[in-house]
Amino acid sequence: MSEHKENTPKAWSGGDKPFNASYGKLMMWFFLITDALTFSGFLAAYGWSRFKYPEIWPNPEDVFSHFPFLEGDHPLLFVALMTFILIMSSVTMVLAVNYGHKMQKNKVILWLALTIVGGSIFLLSQAWEWGHFIHGDRGGIDTKTESVVHLAKDNELSSIYDMMGVDSYDGNEYEFTVNQIITSLEENPEYHIRKANREFLTNEQSISYLNENATEVILGANLTRNEYGHRLFADYFYFITGFHGFHVFSGVILLIIILINVIKGTYERRGHYEMVEKVGLYWHFVDLVWVFVFTFFYLV
Amino acid sequence: MGNHSNSNWWIWKVFWILLIVTAVEVALGIIKPPFMMEVYFGTKLINHIFIILTLIKAAYIVMEFMHLGQEKKGLKLVILLPALILIPYMLFILLTEGLYASIMI
Repeated sequence: MSEHKENTPKAWSGGDKPFNASYGKLMMWFFLITDALTFSGFLAAYGWSRFKYPEIWPNPEDVFSHFPFLEGDHPLLFVALMTFILIMSSVTMVLAVNYGHKMQKNKVILWLALTIVGGSIFLLSQAWEWGHFIHGDRGGIDTKTESVVHLAKDNELSSIYDMMGVDSYDGNEYEFTVNQIITSLEENPEYHIRKANREFLTNEQSISYLNENATEVILGANLTRNEYGHRLFADYFYFITGFHGFHVFSGVILLIIILINVIKGTYERRGHYEMVEKVGLYWHFVDLVWVFVFTFFYLV
Repeated sequence: MGNHSNSNWWIWKVFWILLIVTAVEVALGIIKPPFMMEVYFGTKLINHIFIILTLIKAAYIVMEFMHLGQEKKGLKLVILLPALILIPYMLFILLTEGLYASIMI
């Protein structure tokens, strides 16, 4: 009996640390693996749809082209700023973990607080981005072929608001009918249509195309239809960036909880700051996911 | 990769690498050099470059910021192998099916 006890590895009775990592860290890693697979499932599904509709899938740079307080089109700049904010908050998180190893309570408090600030700024930026996405920008016209066409001027993408002579952000809720668009196209020959496959029609072609195919004018985006193009595009946008934003939000909550614990001295009494390290793992993972979302949603 | 416990310089090194790689991605995305818009192996050359740069960023985040580089070899394999096997497999299945789906219409 005693011999049997000696031969039984200690790990089976819960004594040892497998891989020299604590229980908490291992479980965080295992959770992150499953979460990584969930996100790659989302992004792979997005890729599937893009490969299925290569001709008519919306061009990200036509959709995400705004920057707060700046006029005109600035594709990529705002998401690049969001990426920078998240990388920066990852750096402050590593610094907090590092000072945790050295048991320097005040520096952990400083860098954790800055990480919370970074995460919050990211969330606000995302809210701004969603607001813009939902409100819409150029407007689109849905057709019987289920692809959305856009207005153009001199072979460059334009907007329905421009042609109708109104400002989309003047506080009014605008609604236009297909007939209004066609009448306006007849009055303004410099405007014409860009089809979903980026083909430009002349003004006369546009009018007969709309007479034949147009079903309704779409302003803005929701889960069932959006002005940017294929219906799945907005769905993926909401699901992928929303799921990621929810992770950032949970991360900020976790960071606030451990910040309170650090201030109260919980980890000082415990003798180690491993909890900061575990939440740090989660926080870096959120940054990691954003690196992929940035590439596959905005760049590619 | 360096002595992680005594100094902070490696954190800023990784920060600069991530920042520069992101800046290169954004610059390429805005400039769109014409020779990179040619299609190789199913997508444009520029997309292959974006994906490689993204994987470099991901490697730095996981290995340095998440300290996976300093963990035991067994733990590294347990974490990396499922992702490195299952994700490319899923991508392969879904992207080829996406291609067929577009051909069938």
